[in-house]
Amino acid sequence: MSPRLIWRKGVSIVMLSLTGVCALAGVSVLLIILGYLLWYGGKYIDWNFFTQLPKPVGETGGGMANAIVGSAKLLLLAALTGVPVGFLGGVYLSEFGGKTFSFMVRYMTDLLNGVPSIVMGIFAYTVVVLPMRTFSTLAGGLALGAMMIPIAVRSTEEFLHAVPRAMREGAMALGASKWRTISSVVVPAASRGILTAALLALARVAGETAPLLFTAFGNRYWSPGWGQPIASLPVMIFTYAVGPYEDWHRQAWAAGLVLLGLVLITNIVVRTLLSRGTSPQRP
Amino acid sequence: MATPSIAVRRPAPSRSPRSGGARAFVERLRSGDEIAHLITLIFAASILFLTAWLVYELWIYCALPRHRFGWGFLATSTWDPVFEHFGALPFIYGTVVTSALGLLIAVPIGVGAAIFLAELAPHAISEALTFLIELLAAVPSVIIGMLGIFVLVPILRTVVQPFLKATLGFLPFFQGPAYGVGFLAAGLILAIMVVPFIISISRGILLAVPMEQREGALALGATKWESTWKVVVPYARSGIMGSVFLALARALGETMAVTMVIGNDPKISASLFAPGYTIAAVIANEFTEATGDLHRQALIELGLVLFFVTMVLNAFARILILLTTRKGTSRE
Repeated sequence: MSPRLIWRKGVSIVMLSLTGVCALAGVSVLLIILGYLLWYGGKYIDWNFFTQLPKPVGETGGGMANAIVGSAKLLLLAALTGVPVGFLGGVYLSEFGGKTFSFMVRYMTDLLNGVPSIVMGIFAYTVVVLPMRTFSTLAGGLALGAMMIPIAVRSTEEFLHAVPRAMREGAMALGASKWRTISSVVVPAASRGILTAALLALARVAGETAPLLFTAFGNRYWSPGWGQPIASLPVMIFTYAVGPYEDWHRQAWAAGLVLLGLVLITNIVVRTLLSRGTSPQRP
Repeated sequence: MATPSIAVRRPAPSRSPRSGGARAFVERLRSGDEIAHLITLIFAASILFLTAWLVYELWIYCALPRHRFGWGFLATSTWDPVFEHFGALPFIYGTVVTSALGLLIAVPIGVGAAIFLAELAPHAISEALTFLIELLAAVPSVIIGMLGIFVLVPILRTVVQPFLKATLGFLPFFQGPAYGVGFLAAGLILAIMVVPFIISISRGILLAVPMEQREGALALGATKWESTWKVVVPYARSGIMGSVFLALARALGETMAVTMVIGNDPKISASLFAPGYTIAAVIANEFTEATGDLHRQALIELGLVLFFVTMVLNAFARILILLTTRKGTSRE
């Protein structure tokens, strides 16, 4: 072998191993994050965390029961508003859409997906908080719902597209109208994919903090109804982590573990479900 | 597509076309087609409407500072809520510096990892690692910020910054007291947050490069690395650029993790050790405690600036990615 060839092969091996190191670096960051949260979160979490309200500032102990319920309420509202809008928009894109208009909608959906979450928070503030003159569950839920719309649109479209043409033709040949075909053949065939993708979208907005800061705000007590400020896990983590008290830091670790656990478990379950079966590969 | 069904439904050509058209319409209305079309169309259009509404709301709610400061808002560097003088320059500077630093770290690692996953790793390993990296993308930013405060910042303050000062301290970037929080911490955190995006999008784009490209290069005697770096990567270049722009847009708009480690000080300083501020961070910190309408509207105007910059970057990135994947679809 000429020295030139040895050099070239050497470069090849070195550079390719470096790419492997890069991939490992990416994965190890995840493992480090998981490790820290399991260690500290596991150490500080206890039963009170799930059952008690936060103690007054300065006292130790207490929990985040109100924030857990608050997050659930916000997510319920987000799912009820974001998923139907996104779903119907996705049905249009996949089943009815023309060329130019569909392209515009699709493109705008992608752009909307890239809008910084804090800007969505400002939007919800001007649209809901200002007219109502108070921070509220409603405002926070709608901000999260708006963030879910683009994800729901694109996943619905993707899964409807994956339904084989033969199924539509079969239904049409039996005399079903287009609407009957969509509602009783195409959508049921794609329903598993659409539902799991909606769960994935929910997991994504579950960790959003920025749009809640000045819409749902926060609350150290229970928040009945939909018209009052409400606590949520991500905002509590933020407040407690930047706060000055040791006890708050401990609670932030515990809350971080709960939130990350919920988000990652949802992701793992959904992605495993999606990669099995006939659903299309995500890009 | 609808022509045959209309021909069947219309009973006789002798009838007046108006009543025939109306009957066909009523018929289709009864079967639900037109209603379904209309309803879904409305929801699809609502996405365009929502975006327009968002721009409108942001625009009218920052009228005060727009009239008071004009374009000077973007070019002055005093941010003083007490005397009601607002200039956005320190925040723009902080946003640009932290995002640039984040990308500087994330792009080589991200593209390298994508090459490994797309070109080198066996299928099963590639799938497994990609799965883990997509999980990293799912970690909420507030949790990454928390680890930033409790883990990264102490390490920076006690180990990394003294070391950089001792070795590269003659450079203006590595001077001043080591607080831990500041541009450096924010840049590192942003790198962690955008790396998964670069990896998963670039990997998809590299996988879409036609096999013939690699075979051609290898047949000409190129080594595996030469075929990858001189043939496959250039072929996918604009798509990879697209993923980088998407990552940049995310880095610019990233709020919580940065807010927690940036140090919250509206100053422009060359040193990466110094605390700074970003657009998203100042909105997050000051919005609820804004002292007056002008202050709050100045923050909304910052949001508008952020919105436009990320929109333009996204628009550009999507076009780049669209062009590359379309070019590369021959492999499917």
